Amino acid sequence: MRVMVLIKATEQSEAGEMPSQELLEEMTAFNEELVRAGVMLAGEGLHPSSEGVRVEFSGRERRVIDGPFAETKELLAGYWLWQVRSMEEAIEWVRRIPNPTGEYGVVEVRPVFEADDFGEEFTPELREREERLRAHTEAGA
Amino acid sequence: MAGRDVTRTVEAVWRIESARLIAGIGRLVRDVALAEDLAQEALVAALEQWPESGVPDNPGAWLMATAKHRGVDRLRRAEVNQRKTEELGRDAELRSSADEEDLAVAADDPFDDDLLRLVFTACHPVLSPDARVALTLRLLCGLTTREIARAYLMSESAMAQRIVRAKRTLSAAHVPLAVPSPDELRERLASVLEVVYLIFNEGYSASAGERLIRPELMEEAGRLGRILAELLPREAEVHGLVAPMELQASRTRARISPAGDQVLLLEQDRSRWDWVLVGRGLAELERAYATRGPIGPYTLQAGIAACHARARTAGDTDWERIVALYDGLAQLMPSPVVELNRAVAVGMAFGPEAALEIVDRLQAEPALDNYHQLPSVRGDLLDKLGRLDEARAEFERAARRTVNSRQRAALLERATACASPR
Repeated sequence: MRVMVLIKATEQSEAGEMPSQELLEEMTAFNEELVRAGVMLAGEGLHPSSEGVRVEFSGRERRVIDGPFAETKELLAGYWLWQVRSMEEAIEWVRRIPNPTGEYGVVEVRPVFEADDFGEEFTPELREREERLRAHTEAGA
Repeated sequence: MAGRDVTRTVEAVWRIESARLIAGIGRLVRDVALAEDLAQEALVAALEQWPESGVPDNPGAWLMATAKHRGVDRLRRAEVNQRKTEELGRDAELRSSADEEDLAVAADDPFDDDLLRLVFTACHPVLSPDARVALTLRLLCGLTTREIARAYLMSESAMAQRIVRAKRTLSAAHVPLAVPSPDELRERLASVLEVVYLIFNEGYSASAGERLIRPELMEEAGRLGRILAELLPREAEVHGLVAPMELQASRTRARISPAGDQVLLLEQDRSRWDWVLVGRGLAELERAYATRGPIGPYTLQAGIAACHARARTAGDTDWERIVALYDGLAQLMPSPVVELNRAVAVGMAFGPEAALEIVDRLQAEPALDNYHQLPSVRGDLLDKLGRLDEARAEFERAARRTVNSRQRAALLERATACASPR
């Protein structure tokens, strides 16, 4: 299974403060460990919400709202996409995220929809296509 | 733990730590079976103690220390029994390192070496491919025998037998827990890559059971491949193996229809591909090329898979490049199946006539005697050339050769279409 690991913003991240040298080093080591364990698929840090925008949908309206946004605890500061065997494994990795200063923070883990979770969502067009004949080999794949 | 079962946490820790635990202990006791036993004992101790004591801050180091102490105990008992002096030597080494703290966390490179030793031992060519696969899933992926048995639709006892026999074979053949010497490395690596490839393939197109794919095996193979790519970053073929695994995994969602049938590559809705995995696969192929090492069959296959991945629509596929890559593959590992695939690519790149020449040369190939794809490909080419009577006969022949009822129906439909005037 894959999980999205969402790192919630803090006042420091929203203020655009760069992480300390110590945290950077520990984070680099942690990321390397994720890579070497075959767990890491992707991950990025995000600029503070002051650099971001929101687009609000309402009926046919599309309204663009500039950041920053107020509700710091609901904002994101970064994310990872991990390949793990279970939520328990994800939790175990999250427990190992370095936090040298002991500062308060929240990390949310959400399972990603996988092929097995789909099935009903296929379009009628795909269903129809699937009925058609495919006689040649799946060249090269 | 917020109400979550500690047992499940122990299992998760085991999945993360077991390979390096077995590998680390293996360095000290120089025996895979004994190392695994000791690691298992540490696991049992964790299952007993952690629910009471809580999960330690560094669970990996805890397991390592416990396994080592068990090892020392065992060797002490052996000492009492007047065992060989050789083992006493190991005892001394084990005792001194049992005092070292945080061995699991410390030392990066020794850990890589330990793990590599375990990889090459579990995948030793003295073992049959089936045995290598089982041992790899058990020792390197941390799967339980039951989980492996379930993945391969075997009984747990049969799988346990296979694993026990594999360990016995290793010990009977005096296989050292060691990384092969540089001059053997490539050959031994091929045996390792084959194991990963077999696990992936069993997941990608399950040979038995009701499901067409087994995502859990694809995931295990993917993780193993990524681990190997970090352990042996300078080997082109490791990246060459990881790349097509990522690329093929990227198509999982598009590849199986709601009814559970296969959707062929050129028919897939590419918007349903997983573009993160596509990006990873293409990057891994670049890493393979960047090693400037010899390009092998895996990297060539990765190149072919990448041609498809780069095409936004099936019509954009660079078939000429695919033909060139198949030419290379056919030289490195000539096989009728590769040749048939090359024929399909030639047909797409240069037209049905050129492809038909290749296919006709394959007609006498005994290896393809019962392979429905041969008449099916030939029928398709004849159809495109307007030779409808011959095409119909080929589709009918293909239909007789397939055991899959949906495939047969489709082929017969195609045969009928050739008979009716258009």
